[in-house]
Amino acid sequence: MQGRIHSLESFGTVDGPGVRYVVFMQGCPMRCKYCHNPDTWEVNAGTLMESDYIIEQYERNKGFYTDGGITVTGGEPLLQIDFVTELFEKAKAKGIHTCIDSSGITFNPNSPEVVAKFDKLMPLTDLVMLDIKHIDDEHHFELTKQHNAGILAFAEYLSEKGVDTWIRHVVVPGITDDDEYLYKLGYFIGGLKTLRALDVLPYHDMGKVKYEKLGIDYPLKDTPPMDKTILLDKKKAIINGIKARRAELGES
Amino acid sequence: MRPEWKDFVGGKWENEINVRDFIQKNYHPYDGDDTFLAGPTQNTKDLWAMVLDLQKKEREAGGVLDMDTKVISTITSHGPGYLDKNKETIVGFQTDKPFKRSMQPYGGIRMAEKACADNGYTVDPEISEFFSVHRKTHNAGCFDAYNDEMRACRSSHVITGLPDAYGRGRIIGDYRRIALYGIDRLIEDKLAQKNSTGRVMTDDVIRLREEISEQIVALKMMKEMAASYGCDISKPASNVQEAIQATYFGYLSAVKEQNGAAMSLGRTSTFIDCFAERDLANGTFTEEQIQEFVDHFIMKLRCVKFARTPEYNQIFAGDPVWVTESIGGVGVDGRHMVTKMSFRYLHTLTNLGSAPEPNLTVLWSTRLPQNFKKFCAKMSIQSSSIQYENDDLMRVTHGDDYGIACCVSSMRIGKEMQFFGARANLAKCLLYALNGGVDEVTKKQVGPKYRPVEGDYLDYDDVMAKYTDMMEWLADVYVNTLNVIHYMHDKYCYERAQMALHDRDVRRYFATGMAGLSVVADSLSAIKYAKVKVIRDEDGIITDFETTGDFPKYGNDDDRVDSIATELVHKFMTMIRRHHTYRDGFPTMSVLTITSNVTYGKATGNTPDGRRKGQPFAPGANPMHNRDTHGAVASLSSVAKLPFMDSQDGISNTFTIIPGALGKEDKVFAGDIDLDLK
Repeated sequence: MQGRIHSLESFGTVDGPGVRYVVFMQGCPMRCKYCHNPDTWEVNAGTLMESDYIIEQYERNKGFYTDGGITVTGGEPLLQIDFVTELFEKAKAKGIHTCIDSSGITFNPNSPEVVAKFDKLMPLTDLVMLDIKHIDDEHHFELTKQHNAGILAFAEYLSEKGVDTWIRHVVVPGITDDDEYLYKLGYFIGGLKTLRALDVLPYHDMGKVKYEKLGIDYPLKDTPPMDKTILLDKKKAIINGIKARRAELGES
Repeated sequence: MRPEWKDFVGGKWENEINVRDFIQKNYHPYDGDDTFLAGPTQNTKDLWAMVLDLQKKEREAGGVLDMDTKVISTITSHGPGYLDKNKETIVGFQTDKPFKRSMQPYGGIRMAEKACADNGYTVDPEISEFFSVHRKTHNAGCFDAYNDEMRACRSSHVITGLPDAYGRGRIIGDYRRIALYGIDRLIEDKLAQKNSTGRVMTDDVIRLREEISEQIVALKMMKEMAASYGCDISKPASNVQEAIQATYFGYLSAVKEQNGAAMSLGRTSTFIDCFAERDLANGTFTEEQIQEFVDHFIMKLRCVKFARTPEYNQIFAGDPVWVTESIGGVGVDGRHMVTKMSFRYLHTLTNLGSAPEPNLTVLWSTRLPQNFKKFCAKMSIQSSSIQYENDDLMRVTHGDDYGIACCVSSMRIGKEMQFFGARANLAKCLLYALNGGVDEVTKKQVGPKYRPVEGDYLDYDDVMAKYTDMMEWLADVYVNTLNVIHYMHDKYCYERAQMALHDRDVRRYFATGMAGLSVVADSLSAIKYAKVKVIRDEDGIITDFETTGDFPKYGNDDDRVDSIATELVHKFMTMIRRHHTYRDGFPTMSVLTITSNVTYGKATGNTPDGRRKGQPFAPGANPMHNRDTHGAVASLSSVAKLPFMDSQDGISNTFTIIPGALGKEDKVFAGDIDLDLK
């Protein structure tokens, strides 16, 4: 099967454990204001590639990936869930560690058809890195032009299915740095049974150049990059939420 | 056993000059971490502050603080020099004071004069006269023998950086021998060597006998120089401080007499560690003292200076000495060769701060101990000052006692040396092939007047046929130019100090090099896979190209173009091998222009890959800037395909990455984003 691929990175070090072969997939329904890969939005762009080709590229240099594996990211990789499933089937046959870096936006708990597809993919997936943009739906919509109900449902689904999960959250000054919401986010993910790591990322504006190239107006023109020194406090706010939830669960 | 050798495990090394045997019998592999390391002593801090102050003054003075214009530098020409005699545990400078550059005219008097003049000094007229009238230099010898074609290639820069006006360098004396055996024993050995030469006085025998005599003179001078510092190196070193000091005196002798293009140190750390372990066991010195000796040693290496011209500094991007020290590696018996001293050497980057010299080079193997690998990663991130070389690759041909000269040239210490040969510009050669030997910049006929390409579009087979012919010509004139150079260097600027610390019969690598590999590979790929239209100027010379369509680019792990690069290396090396080489030198090649890629690019016109006239080449075997679009592993994989056996003098790849791209902060390999809920 062919998938639409934006680009391939043979030396990924920030997209999951170890050194990883990273597949940037084309197409995304979200329009996050701080997105640094706007060139991956368009669904019908990219290069068509066979899943075999990607496995072959991985295998050529597998010596580099002994502690890593393959990560699919994007764009939103699960827009092409059939392709990812085929890719991971082949990867698991070769014993390759598989990771999905997703916004979870395509998940719909009320559609049996969608759930069936996820049910097929999850046993082939070693790790999901789920990026929750905002815990509050109204703010989430304002930030991404999408609602977060499916995303939060996906998190709970992962917890039920026993899939290891890293939660990622980008802290943007004035948009996603409110301590109360961060605490709420923590409180929510504190209920996930398979939560393995929390990755709090500072907003940067390195994507600006791409917007200029694409002729799109950059929505966060006036937002400064996140001060990394404050980041630890923000992480703490989330962790406080997690602790509170864990404490409650411990009591009951 | 000699008293200085007490507690060492004996063996063959006692009865013959065999440092490797000593190391193998006496070194202690270290698997632990870096927690044992000691910080700088107050004396180290004081001395280093003085060096920093001198560096600052030197910069303020425009790059040179002081130059000798009267005294020709030899091993014993200058009295002792110090920073602060009472604080230095390892002593010795090239002249009688730190940061004063010595005068070394044997490579060429004009270069020596210019190096002075450009820095505001004047060579003593008597010395200028002496070396113009009475005593010939290496440089004068070369130009006496060059033919017109060689001169033309030199000025068009199709061959560049030739060591015909300066010291060739790239020869590493086995400085450790002085520490292990003492000078007297080495002189004895050299006398025996002299008595062992053939009885029929052929050119070779005469030259060898004269050279050994020169070597013996150098050894005697080393002893005398050491004595002027109050040190006796006639006998073996009896502790680690003496071992470092003796090793350094050997190196110092070399840099007092040779202003070479690369003056490397060798592979000393594991050797020195044998002494350190003995001293620690006997309670002779503490860890702090031993680290202090190492810090002072490295500090001295950071103060090595040469008189050079701005043009020279342009080719080599700065004022490099290439004091390369090779660290680690794995022995042929399977034990890794990392010792505590390997850590101590790298730890100087913390104690003294990071610096490009000495060029600390880790001989990397997958089998190095994990703790050392972690330490290397940490120090690389902290200092950006460590070079890595593939020991698993080189051990096959060189065993476990080789070192790196300059940046990549490997050789067995004390058993092999190299004739450094700069490099041929393969990208310019391609343009010569298109234009029938006419230089695209000067419009002069430099190469042979072969048939130029016809028509508006380049045809791959046609271009390859023409390019092959032009490469044959270039290999011929290149090797022959080098034959002249090394003949004259041996005759007028012989490296007696370094060669005194070699065996009698050494293997001489005849090193050649190529520049512009990625430019040519991409250019040929463009011709093969895209459409390349030529643009001719008013003289009918092809000076530009119009390329339509995409083509595979070297650096993306794409065999279609990587095979072109690989084939190119193999082909040129095969051509080099067909020629006679001076003193039966063993021909090798390198792909390693770490810095001079800028000047090579400057002298080369537009190329079919889209590179513009004057634009720098990629360094070494690197893909061209921004053309490797699949990340580091794909990029490195392309480079790794180049055949080492056809490029045995080394393949270099310059790798720069922002620490953030390596992972989260400096805990790259630690995976430190796990939840901390405590």
